[in-house]
Amino acid sequence: MQGFFHSVRLNEARCKGCVNCIKHCPTEAIRIRNGKAEITEERCIDCGECIRQCVNHAKTAVTDKMANLDRYRYNVALPAPSLYAQFPVKVQETEIETALISIGFDDVFEVAWAAELVSAAITEFLNSPIRQTHKKPLLSSACPAVVRLLQVRFPELLDNIVPLPPPVEVAAIQARRDAATKTGFKPEEIGVWFITPCPAKATTVRHPLGVKESALSGTISMARVYGEIRRAMRHLQHRHDNPKGLGRSGVGWAAPGGETEAAHIENVLVVHGIHAVAELLEQMAMNKLNDLDYIECLACEGGCLGGPLTVENRFVAEKNLKNRMRNMPEKIEQEKVELSPEVQPVEPRSMLAMDNDIAAAMRKIEAMDLVLMRLPGLDCGSCGSPSCKALAEDIVQGRANETDCVFRLRERVKTLAEEMVDLAQRLPPSLNRTTGNDLEDDDET
Amino acid sequence: MGEPVLSVVFELIGGDFSLAGDASSRVKRILQQAGIPAPVVRRAAIAAYEAEMNVIIHADGGTMRLEIHPDETRLTVADQGPGIADVGQAMQEGYSTAPDYVREMGFGAGMGLPNMRKCADRFDIVSAVGEGTRIEMVFRHNGPA
Ligand code: SF4
Repeated sequence: MQGFFHSVRLNEARCKGCVNCIKHCPTEAIRIRNGKAEITEERCIDCGECIRQCVNHAKTAVTDKMANLDRYRYNVALPAPSLYAQFPVKVQETEIETALISIGFDDVFEVAWAAELVSAAITEFLNSPIRQTHKKPLLSSACPAVVRLLQVRFPELLDNIVPLPPPVEVAAIQARRDAATKTGFKPEEIGVWFITPCPAKATTVRHPLGVKESALSGTISMARVYGEIRRAMRHLQHRHDNPKGLGRSGVGWAAPGGETEAAHIENVLVVHGIHAVAELLEQMAMNKLNDLDYIECLACEGGCLGGPLTVENRFVAEKNLKNRMRNMPEKIEQEKVELSPEVQPVEPRSMLAMDNDIAAAMRKIEAMDLVLMRLPGLDCGSCGSPSCKALAEDIVQGRANETDCVFRLRERVKTLAEEMVDLAQRLPPSLNRTTGNDLEDDDET
Repeated sequence: MGEPVLSVVFELIGGDFSLAGDASSRVKRILQQAGIPAPVVRRAAIAAYEAEMNVIIHADGGTMRLEIHPDETRLTVADQGPGIADVGQAMQEGYSTAPDYVREMGFGAGMGLPNMRKCADRFDIVSAVGEGTRIEMVFRHNGPA
């Protein structure tokens, strides 16, 4: 999979080669090689956990530059609902929208509107007869990092994903349609940009999940847009009036539980934080959660409000969000709107097998076990692999050596040193006056 | 015959719920690493979990043996437990002899044996009261999903 686009990247100059990120990656995608953190493309799910863990800020998320707007004749901003939570409630939503216009967008289209539609579709799906044939419990399709975690670690659960598109894709299609009608421009002349709280969404533009093709032109980091909005606020002039407005149930999707609350699902579990999600999916795979109707899994603690590209502390953001929601109607879209795009099944991207051939894989597992027994079991990470187990796997796969382990290396050095001492004590026959000639020390060759 | 076999044995300790599920998750991991098809892994892991829980709930201890062959996976779970007096009855859904405190934890709802049989392509059970129980399960790698 050479050339797989990832939003999460390493800033080499800043990386000190410490072991913080390798220990926290949920797919064990990172190794330290030549003193720098190296991400294995095939395994990375762009969850952004390593961005959060890196004290040196060596991990970054690549999103589009504002300058990329120049490629289009007309540009629409699609704010994630979490954008509004970055500001205290005294900053009005219309002011934020107006600021978006003044920093270069021509129009604003709310993802929250699409979230309302998807919520209604989830409710409908749960009550429909097709649901009976579908696996239980259903898993939300909204968080792309979670869907990718399923691809690489839980391929057996992919069929449980609710067959509905994520709100951002629904919004992108409608935004472009609306803009085309309004301006008369061709669809390809219209740029549609998601203001994203996370790198996971940035990656889906290039590698769509559950839809054939992303309707987005790109994504722009919420942190970057936040800065520009703050600056623009000082001299806002005209006022952008959003004809649609915002509704509580759609905006609520930004926080954990918002999706299932909007869809009125009661028998539900809400889990956030990528490690908590992985642990729960482990349980689900063992059939232990079959009594549930729906599981809302979000990769970031605090849901989208805790996204690596948000600015405000997630607890403060949650308070901002709740305060805002109090003044909003429950819904803004009263009519039933046909949902597009169509969904596609998500393919597994399983990386777990040691070899494509079962017999070869079995031999490798045995070899790995033997290597593991020789390793100290401290999981210190000094070798550049996240754990002794991971190092054993790397060794068997030919990606590392046993002496990469500092303890194994030390043992080798010790043995060598002892041999040296032993050799140093032996004397050539000409100097050895006590025992006479020793055949063993003869250099016969 | 020279056909490659990978076998691993796990010790199970009766009554220790802190380790409950440990052996079966390791079984699952090994099957995944061996590249066994995902639906087979899932069935075997679920059966392993049920069997492991049975030993932890009812027996003093036992072993779970995983054997991977190129075309099938075998799981053998043997315990030194009370044994089952009426195996036929125990195979019925909903039947349980689990003590109350265990049921309260959400375990031992009586789905264990029937569930295992559903998951496996072959299921054999031998039990003697006062001696223990031995369950053998086979999962074919190209078997029904
Ligand atoms: S983004 Fe997530 S999956 Fe990718 S390397 Fe970082 S922690 Fe690992």
